This record gives sequence, C-alpha cells and structure tokens, in this order.
Amino acid sequence: MAGIRRFAAIEVGSYDIQMKIYEISQKFGIRELDDIRHVMELGKDTYTHGKIGFEMAEELCEVLCRFREIMKSYEVFDYRAKATSAVREAKNALILLDRIRVRTGFDVKILSNSEQRFLCYKAVASREGEFNQIISKPTAIVDVGSGSIQISLFDKDALFSTQNIRLGSLRVREMLPRVSVDSVHLELLIEELIDNDLNTFRKLFLQKKEIENIIAIGDYVTFFSGAAKRKSGKDCLNRDQFMELYQAVRGNTPDQLASKLGVGAENASLILPCMMVFKRLIETTATSLIWVPGVTLCDGIAASYAEKHVKISFAHDFSKDIVIASRNIAKRYMGNIGHTKVLEDCALGIFDIMKKYHGLGKRDRVLLQIAAILHDCGKYVSMNQASDASYNIVMSTEIIGLSHSERETVANIVRYNTQEFDYSARADKSMTSGMYMTVAKLTAILRIANAMDRSHKQKFHDFKMTLKEDELIITADTLEDISLEKALFRQKADFFEEMYGIRPVLKRKKEY
Amino acid sequence: MADIDLKSPEYYVNREMSWLDFNYRILSEARDKHIPLMERLKFLSITASNLDEFFMVRVASLKDMVNAGYGKADFAGLKPKEQLAQINSKTHQLVTQQYTTYNRSIIPLLKKEKLKLVSAHEELSEKQAAYLDRFFLDQIYPVLTPMAVDSSRPFPLIRNKTLNLAALLLKKKQDELEFATVQVPSVLPRIIVIPEEEKGKTTVILLEEIIERNIQKLFSNYEVICCHPYRVMRNADLTIDEDGAEDLLKEIEKQLKKRQWGEAIRLEVEENMDKRLLKILRKELNMKEEDIYRINGPLDLTFLMKMYALPGYDHLKIPKYIPQPVKEISPEEDIFTAIRREDILLHHPYQTFDPVVSFVRQAAKDPDVLAIKQTLYRVSGNSPIIASLAEAAENGKQVSVLVELKARFDEDNNIIWAKKLEKAGCHVIYGLVGLKTHSKITLVVRKEEEGIRRYVHLGTGNYNDATAKLYTDLGLLTCNPLIGEDATAVFNMLSGYSEPATWNKLYLAPLWLRNKFIRLIDREIQNAKEGKPAYIIAKMNSLCDMEIIEKLYESSQAGVKTELIVRGICCLKVGIPGVSEHISVRSIVGNFLEHARIFCFGNNGREEIYMGSADWMPRNLDRRVEILFPVEDEKLKKKVRHVLEVQLADTMKAHILGEDGIYEKVDRRGKATVNSQEQFCKEAKEAAKGTNKEVQSRVFHPMESE
Repeated sequence: MAGIRRFAAIEVGSYDIQMKIYEISQKFGIRELDDIRHVMELGKDTYTHGKIGFEMAEELCEVLCRFREIMKSYEVFDYRAKATSAVREAKNALILLDRIRVRTGFDVKILSNSEQRFLCYKAVASREGEFNQIISKPTAIVDVGSGSIQISLFDKDALFSTQNIRLGSLRVREMLPRVSVDSVHLELLIEELIDNDLNTFRKLFLQKKEIENIIAIGDYVTFFSGAAKRKSGKDCLNRDQFMELYQAVRGNTPDQLASKLGVGAENASLILPCMMVFKRLIETTATSLIWVPGVTLCDGIAASYAEKHVKISFAHDFSKDIVIASRNIAKRYMGNIGHTKVLEDCALGIFDIMKKYHGLGKRDRVLLQIAAILHDCGKYVSMNQASDASYNIVMSTEIIGLSHSERETVANIVRYNTQEFDYSARADKSMTSGMYMTVAKLTAILRIANAMDRSHKQKFHDFKMTLKEDELIITADTLEDISLEKALFRQKADFFEEMYGIRPVLKRKKEY
Repeated sequence: MADIDLKSPEYYVNREMSWLDFNYRILSEARDKHIPLMERLKFLSITASNLDEFFMVRVASLKDMVNAGYGKADFAGLKPKEQLAQINSKTHQLVTQQYTTYNRSIIPLLKKEKLKLVSAHEELSEKQAAYLDRFFLDQIYPVLTPMAVDSSRPFPLIRNKTLNLAALLLKKKQDELEFATVQVPSVLPRIIVIPEEEKGKTTVILLEEIIERNIQKLFSNYEVICCHPYRVMRNADLTIDEDGAEDLLKEIEKQLKKRQWGEAIRLEVEENMDKRLLKILRKELNMKEEDIYRINGPLDLTFLMKMYALPGYDHLKIPKYIPQPVKEISPEEDIFTAIRREDILLHHPYQTFDPVVSFVRQAAKDPDVLAIKQTLYRVSGNSPIIASLAEAAENGKQVSVLVELKARFDEDNNIIWAKKLEKAGCHVIYGLVGLKTHSKITLVVRKEEEGIRRYVHLGTGNYNDATAKLYTDLGLLTCNPLIGEDATAVFNMLSGYSEPATWNKLYLAPLWLRNKFIRLIDREIQNAKEGKPAYIIAKMNSLCDMEIIEKLYESSQAGVKTELIVRGICCLKVGIPGVSEHISVRSIVGNFLEHARIFCFGNNGREEIYMGSADWMPRNLDRRVEILFPVEDEKLKKKVRHVLEVQLADTMKAHILGEDGIYEKVDRRGKATVNSQEQFCKEAKEAAKGTNKEVQSRVFHPMESE
C-alpha cells in the first residue's frame, strides 16, 4: 500500500455538501472511491437573508461530523474542504467557518469564483487523454452554475480568455415565473434574454474565433452525461444528439422530467434552463461536439492536491494558460507588444539570477511575468493615472488560474511599478505580510526591468547578467545609446538595493 | 388486435384467489401418496400457518377497506366486498379439504405407523388417564387462568391466534348458565407424549384435551355443562403512519402491543360446539356467520410440525439433506482470495450458506478490512452474522447496518438485534420512511496492495442462516469494481445521501427497476416484431403487477415466447387467444421453498440474465428498496441458465397453469421423471466432489389413482 494516499475533498456548495474520497498515488494516479452528497440549500439562506441561519449551520456541522466518520472509515490521510458562493457571499461567513472549525475540526476555506472555476478546469484537464484531444480544436469550457456561467476559450491548446456571464440556471429559472406567458413564448423570451448576453460576449471576446467543441461542466450537466452515455456509449454528444435531447426535454413539466429521469423535481426544474443556455451557445457557434466529462469541484480539489503533494504532474501547462490569457488581455488594452516582450525577458532574467536572494518560487515567477505583461494596460484608460488604472483593470479582470490574492499581488506590482511604493500598505492591512513582501520584491525587479527599456526601443534585446559580490551587472549587447536608461536606472536601482542589498548596474558591452 | 383491451378485467386473476390456489397446491403435496408420510404432515401444517398469515394480513386489510367504505374494484374487477365473499367460500372449501386429508389420510396412516394421536380423552386407558391427570395437576393447572363472565366481569380479551377453551357453567343450586373461558397455555407444548408400554409405539394427546378432561377442576363451585375449543384471528396488518412517527422503533413496539387488540376476523370452533356457547362467542366477538369456521378435528393444525419433530420416525421423512461445500472456496484460504480469483455463484440450500456467514465473519477479523455494510431483513435467532457485525464494530471497523423493522411478523426479533448492534458500536439505520428495504446486499471495503478493493455479496434471499437451509436462493460473491462502486452508492443512498449520477450495473427499486423491466420486455417485443428470436424466462415468487402483466401480454401478442416459473400468486392468465398464447406458467412446490428470482432475456442472441430480490409485484417495484443485478460471467451465466432449464423440465413438483386457470401436475406419461430440487441436491454433491457431472434421473414413474 506504499505510496497510496487516501484523500477526501469536500465542497460546501450552494445546493449540496459533497465529499469525495480518492486514492492518490504516482503509480495509479487518482482513483475515486466514494461520492457522498447531502442535499442542503445553503444558497437559499445566503441569497434571501444574506447570511446562513442557525439551523442551516447546525445541519451543516452535523453533515460534516458524519463526513468525518466516513473519512475515518477509509483511513483518510488528508483532506481539503472548500466553500463556494453560498458561504462566500454570506455576511457571517467567517463566524460560520469558525463554528465549523470548533464543532467539527474541519478547516474550510472559501474559494473565489476564479479559483473555483480553475479547480473545475483542472479536474477536466486531469482527464488528459480526452482533454488534449478535445482542445486540439477551438474549444470552449462552459461551466454553468446556479448564478452564472463561465465561458473559457481555448485556442491552440491554451486557454486564452475566460468570462463570467450572469446567466446561471437558477437565475434563468427565476425569470420564468415572473413572466407569465405560455410556454412557447416563454422559450422565445428566454432565448432572447440569453442571446442578448451571449451576443455581447461574442462581439467582445469571441470576435472571429469559432468554437468547435464545448466542454460542459457544472451542477446540472450530470444529466447530460447520463444521457450522453446512454446515447453514444461515451460521454460525448454531437450537435444533433444534443438537439434531439433538448427536444425530448423541453415539452415536459419539471414533474414529468423528474419521473422520466429519476431525479428530484427541484433538480429537474433546473435542467431545462441549463440546457437552454447550452442550446443557444451551440446554435450561435459552429459547435459540433459536446463533451461532458462529469467532473465536479471535488475532482479539481483532488487534482490540485495530487499535483502539489503526491507530485502527479499534468501534461497540460496551466501557467502557459495564464500567460496566454494575460497576453490576450494586454492586447485588448493595446499594450506595446515589443516593449512587453523585452520587459518579460529582462524581468524573468533578473528573477532567475536573483533566486538565492529573493527566495521566491515558480509560481511567483509566473506572477512577475503576468505583471510584466499587464504593466501598462492602464494607459488605455488614462496616460496620467496609468498606474491606478492598471491596478483597477487587473483587479476587475478574471484571469483563470489565478487566485484572488494572486490577482491582487499582480495588481499591486503593476501599480507600484511606477507609483511610489507604499510602505504603509502592510500597516493598514490592505495586504497580508506574505503578499506585501512578494509585491515588494517583484516590484523591485519589474522596476529595473522596465527601466532597461525606458525608451521602448528594445535596446536591451540581447543582454547578459552577472552577479559580482554586491553588484548585479547587466550588460547590454547594443550599439545604441543607453544614456536614458542608465539615468533612469539609478533611481530604480535604489529600491532594488533596498530590497536585496545588491546594486544593479547597467553597462554596455562596447564599454569593455 | 385493435379491439383487445389488455387492461380488461377478464384478463386478470384476483391475487387473493391466486394465493388460495397456491395454498391448495401445498395441500396437494400433503395429499400426495408418493411423499413420505411425515413430509405430508409438514405440508399440511404449512397450509394451516399460511392460512393464518393470509387472514391476518390480506383478509384483514380487505376488511379494513370494506369498513372504510372503499369500493374500488381490483384489476380483476372485484370490489373488496366481492373479494371477501369469494375468499370465504374458497377458504371454507380449503379448510374442509385440510381436515378431510387430516382425518382420512394422515391420522389413519400415522396409526399404521404406530403413532397414535388420542383424539378424545375418552379413548384413554385407565393408566394413561391417571398419568395425564397427574400431569394436569403438576404442570398445567398452575399456568391456567380461567376467566368467567358475568355482570361484574366483562368478556375478556381473547388474544390473537391463541387456542382457548370455552365452557358453559351452572352454578350449583342455581339455574342460570354462565360463560367461562380459559386459554390453552402457549408456554406448554401442544402435544404431550403419553408413556406407552409397547415398544416402538408412540401415543400423544393434545394439550387442550387434557385440560378439557380436567375442566371441572377449574370451576369447583360450578357444574361444567359443556366445554369446547375455539380460536380467534385478528386484524394484524401493521399500517404505520411513518410521517407522523417521531421514532419508528417506538411506534413499532407500540403497534406490536396493539396487534393483539385488532378486530376479530375469523372464529374457528369445534364442529360440534354447543349452540349456546357459540352464540355467546359470536355475539361477544362480533362475528358474522361466514367468518365462523366449524372444524372437524383439532383446531390449528400447526401442531403437526411438532409431530414431525417427534423422534423415531426418520424413515417416514425425506433424508435430511446436508448443504454441500462450495468448491470455489477452499477452507484453507481466506474468502477474499477466492473471490479475487473469480466471481462465485452460490445456490442455497443445495450449497451451504457458510460462505456468506464467513464472508462477514472473516471481514470482521481481517485487519485490512475498513468497513462492512449490510442490509438485514429477516435474521435468524442467534444469527452468526449479527455476532460478526458486532465483533467487527468492536474491532474498530465502520459497520453500517440497515435493519428493516417493518419485516412482517419479525419486528420483535429485529428490534432486539438492532439494539444489540447499536450497543456494539454499529451504525444502525432503522429502515427508510415510506419504504421497506428488501434488497439483500453486503459490502466489504478492504485496503490492499493496489488500494481499496470492494467485495460484494448480492442475493435473492435473506441473510438468515436458518431459512437458507430451506429456501432455494441464489447469491453472487464478486469484487467487480463496477458493482463495488454501485454497492457503495446504494449504501450512501440508504444513509440518506443523494443518488449517484449514473449506475454501472445495479438497478434499484423503487426508482429505476420498474422501467428497467419494462425496457427489457420492450426489447424482446421489438426483436420479435423484427422477426428475430425473442424469449423471456422468469422465475419469481409472485406475479401480480398489472403493468408488467400487460407488458407480457403485449409481448405474447408480438410473439415473444415467455416461460414463467412462479411459485405463489400469479395474476396472469395463460392461453387467451390474441392475448397470452405464448406464455406458460408453472409453479414448483417442493420440499424446499422456491425463493430465487431470476430473469432471463433473449436479447437477440446475446442473452442477458439478472437476479435480484424483487418479485413482479407492485409492492416490490414501487414501495421497496430492491436490487436487480446482472450475471455476466459466462460460467456463472451457464449455471443460472441450468437452474432455469431444470425447473422448466421438472415433471414431479411442477404444477402447470392451464387455460382454465387450474394448476395441474405435469402429465408424466412417456416422460423421464425430473425432480428439480432433488437433481440440484445430487448435482451439488457431485460438484462438491469435484466431478461436476449433471445427473439426469432415468427412472420412470407410474401414475396411480389417488
């Protein structure tokens, strides 16, 4: 049994509490052992009262205690428990989590929307064979939640854009009773509504790209996965099969659906809205194949744990997704591509050579790269207040794969790249100490890298770096005049020296 | 075919009538001269206990319906009132036949075998009489509670199913008659052996005869005018309001106490009971004439089972069959190794139930086992499985047990076990609200070299080591991961968690099973319509689900050949032109109780075989948790197929349902005799020896007049 770890992933969701038990080992990968779901509408409390009431909290604790017993019976080695929007949006979230900790011993962490979506995405990507095949064509991952859908677009096996549209199945269903018209009209009405949002999305984000494959994930798509399996023996549906299924579903009342599909009426009432969203998406694109991998957030939690703790690596490079998605954002804000490229190279070069001094990891390197890519996006909004504008753009743009705090880190690096570093940011608690140091260290690097191409003329196309005692010597292999850079460099170098105790010096090869 | 309405009542048999037919078939075993005498005794006893249960449950609920003014007809077009009338007339006939068999065959034959039942104390010799009178004073008198009825003492509660003696008393020097009653104590054996001088001869007398003989001693100030036994049957159908019950356990305990108080629905009296006495009973018990059974012989024939157990008459019984060991499981290795090697099919009682017991026992002791989960419906007293489960919990394993408290007439038993298990640290689930858990499934979770492995036992019969010696059932031991996954999901559902997104191999009632059966039959219909071969062979205990029957009629219309082996109730009619010409029904009533459920579908050459816990009854498909599982291993499939084939070839114990609705034994002329149960016994013995040769009996059996 050596090397096999049993792991529990728990999702405290809006509609149910789910726990999955896995076996994780390098030899056999990730294997699901058990899937336990307790239906409980935490979301109802949060969405109507703004907080989770006493009784719900009590039930939640009881369920978690029972989960703990099940974990014991599997001799689970480790667990991760995550909460999504119902807890995230509850006013009393922290109090609730503390109560859970005291009562059940579970340390439940709240996921941001993008973290949640990213974990689901990871779960999909962990199905490597199918995943790589699907994304070899232009693909969209469509994650239909209760309140919103997340559409992430792939091009040339990397994810380049992700958008959240407030068109979840519950939200669509809630529109139904308010407009009391007969069902045919109702359908048209909803379609119109969906189209409105989808068109905006298409214009802004899809542009000329076409979607050929859809990967469907989310709460109610498990229904398709069953239907898909029955129809084709696989978990894929083609366009016609989906439409057939839709036709079979649409005429039914939730009660009829419930008995036909053997699901609860509550679930059944959300299937049609969910399918409508997919239907419109399929109809307005060139989608030919819908893959329903049937994964849940728990699978993502397990995949992420396996990656970190059992050293199971993914064939898919998630960092590349983040980088490509960031480039795509930079492009939207008309960033200077040439300058950015040099900036990236310089910054990463300095990061690598300074490794011993900053002690930061691979992930921080990615954050630096993204900061470099997005460093001047704010200029699109205002030349004068570019740094604040950049900060705001980064903060309000979803970058799949970045956690909320990582996004904040990037935003701060971008801001302090040109703004004076706010030493009191730590004191006023706007940053945690970890984030504060990361921001400071990476800002120092980005600043001198930026100074190296002050003229945006890519004079430092070729350069060498050497560490000599307390100096970092950067030698540019250029014939151009680097006086501007050198002048500016000194000023930026002060902050760098303050951070690392090492003085960066700019030289031109010719000078030797 | 357009003018044939398959829902028409004329195509259906009322289920109570069909049940009575089943009891007639058992009675016919008691009348069969080819069967050893003691076995006939046993069958007669079974007809009596069956009838008791039938009244307490079925007749009682029909009476409830009539009382509640419910007048809807069943699918055979009979309203509750009409059903009761038909039941009554048919039951009276059945009872008459029971006692004809008793008086004309059984008793004379027993006498020939030097086993004498003294039917009236007047027949006793002086010496015997003296012995019994002593016995009365020493043993019986102390436990009797005579109760007189007069203006100050109301008519007492006569407990359900108890045997009582009623007497008319005359107070000395007065002329007013008084009524008195005394219960024949159930703590004493019903039959008392009287010492006999002659060697090899046994004489017995019924307890009530001894009391009757000494009745005067109970009422010393009175003169006993007459004294006769009687017996009352009461409404015992447990209808628990589950939504209202705070605690199911308490509710059932309460209902159990209440059960004795139910309305009286049948009164059995001695044929020659004094008219005045009967009048009092009738009035006090509020009985209608048709519910009174005048019995020509001793009441409550279930005592015959005790006669069967008397020592010294083994030559009049079928030699006791010893369930054979299972070849695939060697006693030297652990059962998990055996299951890992291959799926194992168990055929009880031909093969021993031990593997199932040791499956749980070994799991309880195995340090690598993490969890054991099991559903228990009816367990035996002193069940080794219960003991193992408790031990497992004490060994720190996670043990979840679903104990079905609603198993009819077993509630008492089940509550005791459930409490015992809880004490040991098991997680006990007391059934599900609104549903009976009838499925038989055990899951063992074990950690092994390659990770967690799940071992599953699925069966058609209960986890009861005692009945496993008498009931024919099939079981499957497997570690197929797909079934393991489903089994885990089953227990998650039973624990109140959500159902899985999809099932791999199992089909569960009440949610999916009915549709599965309909789809399977539909597929045969489709194949038949396309001119492909199409057939169904199904074996079960009862068939009374209208939707399924209608679907079977539809399949017959399409030309699907259907062979049904239905032990008990069958509401389907065979041989109706344009409706059911392609359906045959046979019922096997043998020494063992047929209990397995097997469903075999042609599927255009890729035959599919399923087994499970469900009959084709509405209660199984709609109100119970049942599991249907496929048999996929080719080797096992062949074995199961063989079981069906031998039963279809049975010429000794099979009753064929005729177009006239009457069951007749197979016309054996010119046919080799096949007794499926005996053949399975032989085969199991052969298989245990390792020489798996199928034995076919070649002895011809002459027909004789009865």
